[in-house]
Amino acid sequence: MDFPFLIDTLGKLMAALPTTLGLFSLSVTIGGLLAIGIVWMRVSGHFVLERFARAYVFVFRGSPLLIQMFLVYYGLGQFPAVRHSLFWPLLREPFACAVISLALCTAGYTAEIFRGGLLAVPAREVEAARATGMSGFLLLRRIIAPIALRQALPSYSTEIVLMVKSTALASLVTVWEVTGVAQRIISQTYRTMEVFLCAAAIYLVLNFIIVRLIGLWEHRLSRHRRGMPVSSLSKPLQAGGNLGDAS
Amino acid sequence: MAFIETLGFGSTGWGGLLLIGALTTLAVTLASLGVGAVLGTLVAWAKLSGNRIAGFVGDAYTTIFRGVPELLVIYLVYFGGSHAVTSAGKALGFEGFLGLPSFLAGAIAVGVISGAYQAEVYRGAFLAVLPGEIEAARAIGMPRLLRFRRIIVPQILRFALPGLGNVWQLSLKDSALVSVTGLAELMRTSQVAAGSTRQYFLFYIVGGCLYLVLTSFSDRAFGAAEAHTGKSFRRGLGRA
Repeated sequence: MDFPFLIDTLGKLMAALPTTLGLFSLSVTIGGLLAIGIVWMRVSGHFVLERFARAYVFVFRGSPLLIQMFLVYYGLGQFPAVRHSLFWPLLREPFACAVISLALCTAGYTAEIFRGGLLAVPAREVEAARATGMSGFLLLRRIIAPIALRQALPSYSTEIVLMVKSTALASLVTVWEVTGVAQRIISQTYRTMEVFLCAAAIYLVLNFIIVRLIGLWEHRLSRHRRGMPVSSLSKPLQAGGNLGDAS
Repeated sequence: MAFIETLGFGSTGWGGLLLIGALTTLAVTLASLGVGAVLGTLVAWAKLSGNRIAGFVGDAYTTIFRGVPELLVIYLVYFGGSHAVTSAGKALGFEGFLGLPSFLAGAIAVGVISGAYQAEVYRGAFLAVLPGEIEAARAIGMPRLLRFRRIIVPQILRFALPGLGNVWQLSLKDSALVSVTGLAELMRTSQVAAGSTRQYFLFYIVGGCLYLVLTSFSDRAFGAAEAHTGKSFRRGLGRA
């Protein structure tokens, strides 16, 4: 084992980590917001909106991310109309194009995960809230969103790990993040295994931290479900505790 | 309508090459499914064996290859494999660089990733086989191998089918990344066509549509297979 080389490589790769983190956090945030919009369309009951949401999910889940990224980066620049529009300073930048395509793609997957969470909200909880006079946004904020989020979090953390891995594709549109730098070192030194181990270690640690954080969040969201007695009928006062927690 | 000619099957059209590319994508994905099935079975077996070392190796395999970017695994196999082939060539007296064939590199790389996912699918399917059925087979005196072949494997295949469908779709999309090794599959062909005609938008849209055709057809195929294998089982959630 050549430790100086390993440490040198690790240092070079760590220097590219902020780019990977930037790609990841921006695309997950934008993608999450887009996904909320798509889920809203999907469950709106409006024929055209629902069709659009279905088509969106089909297209972005059914084709590889790489071709979507190339379409945004190389495809859009082909049109003079795009080159002369006010979006051009953004679409000219490989980093922005990578974020846009990552966000569009993850929105398709995330929308389906959120929809699954939404479908898992028990109808009786919504009914109970309506019976106490909650409606509209308050109902969504206090009852539906927290339950749906809690149900969706386990599969959302899988999608998040997939997103960490997907940021690697940005190197193919000339964004120098961790995988891109690793590829450059490999082609300079031909020491594939060592470089792979360093890069893999970075990604695994990153994934581990993110999965842990989401796990903690899920733990927090299900605080009221722990320590609940097996037979809730014998302790009617427990329900009062639940309401206090939810606020 | 100039684009009909660029996409057609004539001497200036790219239609034929794109179709060959789509078939190559299918071939790479099929090969990787085979590689992944072998690796996945071994890893699932290691994880279920109860042996501490084997279990650790199995866990490490699935954690690494499900947590590291696919592109990095492809670089590992392609560059690492070519390096190994070159060294082997030198030992045998060949001079210069010898590359690993890109089809083989792609099938192995995507197969290694698919193996990590398949291992989890097979493990889940094995755990879903009711212990009573294995006990019953043992009670009537079936030997170990026969029990495995007659009782366990048919049920694992059935339980694993939905999971395998997901892995297949994942591998189909991962195979697009094999384009970095220069293999003329659908992604690479779209790239070459886009570059040489300067019609980037058109060819990436067409390539994307062909991928959509592949994924939706395979979705249908797996749905039909599930319906076929599920025929003899009771409908609904629970099993008898």
